[in-house]
Amino acid sequence: MGGKSLFEKVWDEHVVVPETADTPAVFYIDLHIIHEVTTPQAFNMLRESGMQVRKPDQVLATMDHSTPTVPIENLEESLDAVSDPEPANQIRAMVKNCADFGIELHGFGSEHRGIVHVIGPEIGATQPGKTIVCGDSHSSTHGAFGAMGFGIGATMVGHVLATQCLLMRKPKSMAVNVTGKLKPGVGAKDIILALIGRIGVDGGTGHVIEYRGDTIRGLNMEERMTICNMTIEAGARAGMIAPDATTIEYLRGREKVPQGDAWDAAVERWMALASDPDASFDKEVTLDVAELEPQVTYGTNPAMVVPISRPVPNPGDNQSYRKSIDYMQVAADKPMLGTKVDVVFVGSCTNSRMTDLRNVAKILDGRKVADNVRMLIVPGSESVKKQAEQEGLDKIFTAAGAEWREAGCSMCLGMNSDKLGKGQLCVSTSNRNFEGRQGPGGRTVLASPETAAASAVAGVIADPREVI
Amino acid sequence: MEKIRQLTSQTIVLPIDDVDTDQIVPARFLTTTEREGIGVSLFADWRFDKDGNELADFPLNAPEAQGRQILVAGRNFGCGSSREHAPWAIYDFGIRAVISSEIADIFRNNSLNNGLVPVVVDTATHRWLLENPGAEVTVDVEACEVRLPDGKVATFEIEPFARHCIMEGIDQMGFLLQNLDKIEAFEQNRSWNPSLNV
Ligand code: SF4
Repeated sequence: MGGKSLFEKVWDEHVVVPETADTPAVFYIDLHIIHEVTTPQAFNMLRESGMQVRKPDQVLATMDHSTPTVPIENLEESLDAVSDPEPANQIRAMVKNCADFGIELHGFGSEHRGIVHVIGPEIGATQPGKTIVCGDSHSSTHGAFGAMGFGIGATMVGHVLATQCLLMRKPKSMAVNVTGKLKPGVGAKDIILALIGRIGVDGGTGHVIEYRGDTIRGLNMEERMTICNMTIEAGARAGMIAPDATTIEYLRGREKVPQGDAWDAAVERWMALASDPDASFDKEVTLDVAELEPQVTYGTNPAMVVPISRPVPNPGDNQSYRKSIDYMQVAADKPMLGTKVDVVFVGSCTNSRMTDLRNVAKILDGRKVADNVRMLIVPGSESVKKQAEQEGLDKIFTAAGAEWREAGCSMCLGMNSDKLGKGQLCVSTSNRNFEGRQGPGGRTVLASPETAAASAVAGVIADPREVI
Repeated sequence: MEKIRQLTSQTIVLPIDDVDTDQIVPARFLTTTEREGIGVSLFADWRFDKDGNELADFPLNAPEAQGRQILVAGRNFGCGSSREHAPWAIYDFGIRAVISSEIADIFRNNSLNNGLVPVVVDTATHRWLLENPGAEVTVDVEACEVRLPDGKVATFEIEPFARHCIMEGIDQMGFLLQNLDKIEAFEQNRSWNPSLNV
């Protein structure tokens, strides 16, 4: 028997009842993160069956998806003024559900309200070795800490609320080795987009990915989160990175981490999670990023991506690809560079943290957003917002002509009031360029925060390497 | 959830690869707090024009498609968001099985939890099904087989416990609840505490 991988160590530690030929494993969940959109049906189910939430102190609750990104001081007075009735109803249901079932809610007014995948790490609830689920596919973000994070549907949200466990078969494992030194202006977002382009939107189906190699080691925690976040876009169950000194330094002193002797014991346990040198994987991929360019998508899934200077591939007789580039109104055989932009969105659980905002500020400082462009900059959480304002980034953004908003998912998905209009083209730092994802008929080009900022200034898709 | 052991129906074919759950149910329909009535949002941006009129050339709108229970979709169906509204809406429309050469993980789990059978077949069978819309096909959950009109049989895999639940029309929660004592013992024996109130 060879050694164990990071994923196998975390898996083994959470098996309550092993799987058999007839039954899946009963698998323990340490942290359950919930938001207003994918929980009401689960709470209804609990009520109908007369069940309780088994471990309310292992549930982290916030509101992010359907919340407006203009200020709400008082739920009763201002919500209806800035929200449509249905999302407002959902937000009120969340407040009631959390109160009824004894769950602490980071709602309006809490300094920790924000996007589910931003606040978990920020308050230190996301820790190495934990199993973390949320009714949201980007739960893979938490894997940056050596946790196993994955998205589940509403029925399974109900299972976890009621039992703190899920029924699961052990997924397969895949190693992604990333090597080489990144050039200036190229970052974590470009790495993950290039990887998805290479292995495809189903390249990771059935697998848990472990990202390894010197390039990954050199990234800070926020950049690692960007990579793990988009793991689901390659179809993988989860994406993980072994904890190291960078992980420990990030977590030190955060609110929800163990204190004193318990901290030392936790660090020792966390550092032992790294894959053994002789661990084996079902699949392995290597990506050399030394020559990597900034990446932009041209189609309607994240694997339809090109280096910014390279032409959009010709779809030939691939009907799905042709439908996609027709929808996007892009020309085959020409680069995306120079394409006119209507909106630039900086935000989402992929790129709304301090590293992202600082990179955007560097480019916007002393420049102006082009007249034809609306630029929204939406911090991932209230604490990111506060810190950015302490550093004066908001002043740089607004001086450049960008809108600086309240925390939330915002224009990442078209379900709150921030939406693209029909036909509008948006350079977005989010994670999905699906048809209509940012609003019916909207066209999304995924890119890094740097590429988004450079494009906002130029008014067309632009190469950030020319402005840094 | 209805019991499903075996299902025979003509197929509806949606020959598009990588259909994501944002297409199956666009985000603006996720503001509901119920699961009833979600069917109207199924493929809303592909099925209807902006005034809400049905688009004649969309496969689910064809008059002969009504009442059919098997959807044949392009490769990698159901990728993207974890929204369970996707299988709810498909089920609401009357479909009970989705056949493809590949089905995304979260969508597959969500389907199994809602009595919608995800069926992954080999690429040759998949191609034949894509090229023959309306073929009468049998999905046999008990035997894990898809039977084509020419007598050909393709096998598919389905997690045995999920299959049992689908065939009996029961939820997986019952099995978890039976194991509550083991879950409690697990919690008491572990070396660290995952509570947020440290
Ligand atoms: S920011 Fe976007 S991807 Fe992230 S949790 Fe919100 S809606 Fe989902």
